[in-house]
Amino acid sequence: MTISVAMTVNGKAVSGKVEARTLLVQFLREHLGMTGTHVGCDTSQCGACVVDVDGKSVKSCTMLAVQAEGAKVITIEGLAESADKLHPMQEAFRENHALQCGFCTPGMVMSAIDMVKRHNYQLDEATVRRELEGNLCRCTGYHNIVKAILAAAPAMKSAGV
Amino acid sequence: MYDFAYHRPKSVADAVALLKGKEEARPMSGGMTLIPTLKQRLARPSDIVDLGAIKELAGIKVEGNNVVIGGMTKHGDVATSADVKANIPALASLAGHIGDPAVRNRGTMGGSVANNDPAADYPAAVVALNATITTNTGKHTADDFFKGLFETALSEGELITSISFPKVEKAAYIKFPNPASRYAMVGVFVAKTAGGVRVAVTGAGPCVFRVKAMEDALAKNFTSAAIKDIKVPADDLNSDIHGSAEYRAHLVGVMARRAVDAANK
Ligand SMILES: Cc1cc2nc3c(=O)[nH]c(=O)nc-3n(C[C@H](O)[C@H](O)[C@H](O)COP(=O)(O)OP(=O)(O)OC[C@H]3O[C@@H](n4cnc5c(N)ncnc54)[C@H](O)[C@@H]3O)c2cc1C
Ligand code: FES
Ligand code: FES
Repeated sequence: MTISVAMTVNGKAVSGKVEARTLLVQFLREHLGMTGTHVGCDTSQCGACVVDVDGKSVKSCTMLAVQAEGAKVITIEGLAESADKLHPMQEAFRENHALQCGFCTPGMVMSAIDMVKRHNYQLDEATVRRELEGNLCRCTGYHNIVKAILAAAPAMKSAGV
Repeated sequence: MYDFAYHRPKSVADAVALLKGKEEARPMSGGMTLIPTLKQRLARPSDIVDLGAIKELAGIKVEGNNVVIGGMTKHGDVATSADVKANIPALASLAGHIGDPAVRNRGTMGGSVANNDPAADYPAAVVALNATITTNTGKHTADDFFKGLFETALSEGELITSISFPKVEKAAYIKFPNPASRYAMVGVFVAKTAGGVRVAVTGAGPCVFRVKAMEDALAKNFTSAAIKDIKVPADDLNSDIHGSAEYRAHLVGVMARRAVDAANK
């Protein structure tokens, strides 16, 4: 079944024709060519595919593209202000060496931003570790990811993002 | 995933009509169980009826002595609801420990209860609180609803519209989460309501079950000491790579005692 979908991705109106079974992540990667959002598993567990849909973080591998009809989607590509001005969370990941291979990073950064906002910019280590439940990293051992998120929370607050 | 025809009705009546008219139609709420199942090609529905746009299915209301939660209500909304936190804090806490934040943003109460995964959390709350499950065709009591492994009293095309939970005097849910998935290896929900004391166990067996001996002991004396010698037989419990039946039987006692202590705090 072919269906037309239209949504806003990183502030830009996009549309396309998809099959009913097309996942949101496939629409982003294969139809729009936005390969920043990753697919790391087929069991909805790894979180590499996390994007923001209407203000909520979701696993884009476990949502159909047609379900995002009319939605505002933000992906990792939509965070940085410009090529040389990263989002404070991206900057904190770089500063704290919070990535090695980088495969989990887009989902980590998206989940991290959502976490900081939901906790009103106030986080402690235990909360960060618990909130990262749905994001798996095979390289870093998480320590530097936790450090980066704790460092980014006040930076996001003062940057007003 | 095999392709299917996709529908997004605006009312329960339209959803039911769509489910009836098709060869093999399946309702979808959060999709957090159904989409992974479809990806693995373990199911091949002809039609998917997405319940996400049906306004009458979402939301939380306090009605007299009950908190009524719509079938499409997301786990995250149950976890953060002021009404649930004020009247049944154990239910809000349970919802806040299902999976991870992204799962809680999509997964729903109706979908979880209809699915009746042996390791799911909500069935323990529904049984321990003696909740009433309302569907488009009528009502089910908690004790009659969960029939066995992934099996419920729902008939073809019957949709969970809401679940009504009584306010509690004391209650707590403690789970021993599987360290990888966060599903319950064993979870015990202990509740004291106007209707009495109930103890419901999930994760341990093929389906949620009550422990009568603990309920009777706690009705007389609601302390963890009152149940310290009560053992659950391992005979019919799950045994898998995560733990043996004997280990799960042991965990039932430990989780139940911790739940009683937490309820008394
Ligand atoms: C990574 C991960 C971790 C998880 N961890 C946990 C956990 O710790 N504890 C836990 O309990 N669960 C866990 N889950 C499962 C999660 O809670 C699901 O949201 C839930 O089991 C199904 O709800 P859903 O709304 O997503 O249903 P769907 O996936 O949409 O549907 C599930 C089934 O129910 C049927 N259905 C849906 N809605 C209705 C309705 N209103 N009436 C009748 N039938 C209906 C569907 O046809 C389907 O068969 C996890 C899931 C994932 C992906
Ligand atoms: S790709 Fe979405 S959770 Fe792994
Ligand atoms: S940096 Fe390699 S998986 Fe996280």
